[in-house]
Amino acid sequence: MKGEVMKKKLLAGILAVSMVGALLTGCGKGATQGEGSTQAAAEAPAETPERAKTNEIVIGIAQDLDQSLDPHYAVAAGTKEVMFNVFEGLVKYDSNGDTVPAVASDVQISEDGLVYTFTLRDGVKFHNGETVDLDDVIYSIQRCKDDPKVNPQTSTGLKCIANLEKDGDNKLVMTLSEPNTELMSLLTLAIIPSDYDKQDTAPIGTGPYKYVSRTAQESVELEKFADYWGTPGNLDKVTYKINEKAEGLVMGLESGALDLVSHLSSTQVGELSKENFNIEQGTMNLVQALYLNNEAAPFDNELVRQALCYAVDKQEILDMAFDGYGFPIGSNVFPAFTKYYDESLVNYYEHDVQKAKDLLAQAGYPNGFDMTITVPSNYLPHCDTAEVIAEQLKEVGINATLKRVEWETWKADTYAGRNFQSTVIGLTADPLTARSLLERFTTGQRVADAEGNRGNNFINYNNADYDALFEQAVKCYDDAEQVKIYKEMEKNLTEHAASVYIQDMADMVAIRKGLTGLTFYPLYVLDVSTLKWE
Amino acid sequence: MKYALRRILALFITMILVSFLAFAAFHIISGDPARAILGMNATEKQLALLRQELGLDKPFLVQYFNWLLGFFSGNLGISYSYRQPVASLIIPKLLVTLVMVLISFGIIVVLSLPLGLRAAQKSGGRLDWLRTTVDQLCMAVPAFFLSILVSYIFGIVLKFFTPGDFPKMERDLTGALRYLFFAAVCIAIPRIAMAVRMLKSTIIEEMEKDYVRTAISRGNTRAEVLKKHVLKNSLVPTITFLGQTMAEIVGGSIVVEQVFGIPGMGRFLVASISNRDYPVVEALVVILAFWVILSGTVADLVGQKIDPRLRLGDRS
Repeated sequence: MKGEVMKKKLLAGILAVSMVGALLTGCGKGATQGEGSTQAAAEAPAETPERAKTNEIVIGIAQDLDQSLDPHYAVAAGTKEVMFNVFEGLVKYDSNGDTVPAVASDVQISEDGLVYTFTLRDGVKFHNGETVDLDDVIYSIQRCKDDPKVNPQTSTGLKCIANLEKDGDNKLVMTLSEPNTELMSLLTLAIIPSDYDKQDTAPIGTGPYKYVSRTAQESVELEKFADYWGTPGNLDKVTYKINEKAEGLVMGLESGALDLVSHLSSTQVGELSKENFNIEQGTMNLVQALYLNNEAAPFDNELVRQALCYAVDKQEILDMAFDGYGFPIGSNVFPAFTKYYDESLVNYYEHDVQKAKDLLAQAGYPNGFDMTITVPSNYLPHCDTAEVIAEQLKEVGINATLKRVEWETWKADTYAGRNFQSTVIGLTADPLTARSLLERFTTGQRVADAEGNRGNNFINYNNADYDALFEQAVKCYDDAEQVKIYKEMEKNLTEHAASVYIQDMADMVAIRKGLTGLTFYPLYVLDVSTLKWE
Repeated sequence: MKYALRRILALFITMILVSFLAFAAFHIISGDPARAILGMNATEKQLALLRQELGLDKPFLVQYFNWLLGFFSGNLGISYSYRQPVASLIIPKLLVTLVMVLISFGIIVVLSLPLGLRAAQKSGGRLDWLRTTVDQLCMAVPAFFLSILVSYIFGIVLKFFTPGDFPKMERDLTGALRYLFFAAVCIAIPRIAMAVRMLKSTIIEEMEKDYVRTAISRGNTRAEVLKKHVLKNSLVPTITFLGQTMAEIVGGSIVVEQVFGIPGMGRFLVASISNRDYPVVEALVVILAFWVILSGTVADLVGQKIDPRLRLGDRS
């Protein structure tokens, strides 16, 4: 009896000690990482993972794909990120964000910019083995132009196509009603077979990887397409595993279940053991800002908006919420979109508390005011940013309260309903054109059209000069001239303090040692075809 | 028997009520399934088209009765997020969660009964404080933290399983069971702590009753009294507690599933709520309600079987 009790006590003791011990090692690991890991790396080089031998990888993603895998209907950025590897258009994006020939091998554009002649690449095959013909191409373009379910930004952009005509077996003549300098970006739209009706669930494209299967909230599998026309992928199989908890993804990396995870925060990256992973840093390619509802008082007053621009310290936000990572911006274009990016706007409003106070006084708010920042609670970076901003605004006497809402609520009430005062969010460009980033602040997008649709101008920005510039830009067919006008628009947004622009967030990618070839795009995609095991 | 029938009827009504409340809740909170599917740039026309397709343009009660009709004819509808029949989507996930919950329940029963008994016997002893502290600690530790801790120790350091790589049950059953075991432990620990405390206090309370004193004064040893009388009397509250446990560990599974990356029901429920996937949420909520009520009902019925004094139902 006595012995048994002793044993029990001992056991309890061991249990308690081991739990506490585990806690301590768990905490201590992060702190002493630097020294320990270099040693470990020197002693034992990272062993070749099992998957390197079978030439496959597992990628962790934080959200499941769209309900429909049809490339023309897909809306979620996360879906496009994966399916980028499955689909191609007549042209596709390279890592600079320029369009390069894909399903078409060549394109000739007439002097007046109205006739595009595409030459179909020889022997491009769909994943089902059939050869792509002109009918498939015409079908795909027509569908994106006419199908009511397609993303309106794409279908509106394609409205300029007046006629599509075959010229022989391999030439497509596209006639436009008016020139469109951004047409090539739109023609990255996926070419899909004309006689196939299962794109929803079993998508077929021409890309370097083919879709194999998905299991709801578990995984998506892709496989190398052997008959790919271009440089084939290196990996034979790519599996995406879904885990909506970042902790789960980090754990998966550490345990060896995952080889690559994108969009990690600097904190999560800090928790990883450096002997097994390389960390690469790109950009998220979005415009993170404290978006102000220009119709809601007091933000209908330009002076108040400018005061906020002076009151917010971007660098401090990066330092406090992002461990210093990220790229400050000053208008609604992100730095990776180099063609249209105007660096001089970044410091247009130099952090200046006194100036902010003066402007507030001038606007009739010498004692500040109360305001609400609505944030989608599932996006931690935006919540953190809003918290830092709220602290900074205190210094100029503004009392900002955070209102955390669910993502669907944010979409319905804040974005579509425009029922908010201010919000922190990141806006992306889709398609990758200056127009998609800048058109949204025009009056055309602010007020309802004949059908009762309000466009994307959810901040209700209202500026006649801006509208006039946009009119000029779309009618301008000289590329250099157009870039200039778009830059004017950017400057207009900054000068009138449409919103408080903050940063393009850093995109941290953890990639297992031995795996190379990660390529960053100015788009929200992950190109797996360049990845390979050494 | 009449009592059992009444309970089943109550169960049925409760389930319908719960399904109605869940349905109503979705209509009160903001967010729109059509917008969830079509994204931020969708036009009003596109939204209207999809709402019509999904039947969301109909009045609330019509929608509910359509769903109810479908439910009774065995048709749970089509998931908005996956365009697949709800039944085929949720069955594999239910199975995973059920196995995990049963393992967890097994662990709780096997460990909490002897530990609780021992705690009661040794109450007031020298190491009572330690036992109480460990007990409190286990009760207080959040499931989220516990899951990370267990994944870290047993998964990454000791490599008993690979966190983040849940094997498919049909391909590798033992691997899946091993994986689920560690998740089940995380669900079980706080519940074991609670059970131990509950058992300890029940037994101590019972031991202080008059009949125990009488029995001891008549020459029985404490151990004998405990075994013959006290345990029997402590059994009913224990079974009620286990019934509650059975219901509650399903709730506890949600966080654990998320951290462990287990494709179970809890995780699916949370994702479906945020995607506004009504058909899936409705089905899962009804199943959950069924489970909770069933656990309580079974515990009650077993309790009555053991203790005739509880059979009030038949007398009335």
